[in-house]
Amino acid sequence: MAITQILFWFLTALALVSALMVLLSKNPVYSVLWLVAVFFAISGHYILLNAQFLAIVNMIVYAGAIMVLFLFVIMLMNLDKETEPQKDIWMKIAGAVSGGCLLMMFIALVKQATEMNHKTALLKTGSIGLIENLGKALFSDYVVPFEISSVLFLSAMVGAVVIGKK
Amino acid sequence: MPIQYYIYLALSLFSIGVVGVLTRRNAIIIFMCIELMLNATNLLLVAFSKMHYAAALTSNAATQVGIDGQLFVFFIMVVAAAEVSVGLAIIVMMYRNTHSVDINFLNRLKN
Repeated sequence: MAITQILFWFLTALALVSALMVLLSKNPVYSVLWLVAVFFAISGHYILLNAQFLAIVNMIVYAGAIMVLFLFVIMLMNLDKETEPQKDIWMKIAGAVSGGCLLMMFIALVKQATEMNHKTALLKTGSIGLIENLGKALFSDYVVPFEISSVLFLSAMVGAVVIGKK
Repeated sequence: MPIQYYIYLALSLFSIGVVGVLTRRNAIIIFMCIELMLNATNLLLVAFSKMHYAAALTSNAATQVGIDGQLFVFFIMVVAAAEVSVGLAIIVMMYRNTHSVDINFLNRLKN
């Protein structure tokens, strides 16, 4: 087995186990830490696919900024305790069953899609994920959405301040 | 790596996020599960971009096919960051009014 395959299966197992632990942890702080593990596993997948820019952005923005914000809010509200309200057991079973049905339906659909057969995702090589090519496309073809996203950030900042002030 | 493996991984992560939204009552955990679903979508977009790049590479060595998918992932991350800042502000306001982040306090529209 090649090293990339070993890395793929390791990162896949890490992502799935950490995602399950996000749900199963009683303490919200542990949930945040497991979610950081999921984001690092997904960043590892990006590196494996040679999408280096997205891997770094995912690590900085998600694991660095967003998760610190979540942790900050949890610590601010003193939620790091075991006694949080739980749904009753039937609601939990119903939620798990419906999520499992959704997964089964997805898997059945993918198994039927014959155009996906013998297609492979290129690992390790390929230059489209490098910051040089992405930057050129971002500032030529996608410059208008890029500028609009700055307006979106400004409105989000104003909205957060206005909501937080009252 | 066959594209099916990436599809199954992304679909499993998405379904775990859906189960989390349906089974938890803590608003912050529900919000984190939505982030998990967004990340599953991002992973699938990157895998598909590399799949199309591999298909186009056989005919043209200097192809740029698939770069749009990775830029879409970038914009999804931008929107998610803006969404998290506003959403957490709303959750803080809800905690200030009800002294809890339990979403079962928010069923007033039901009656």
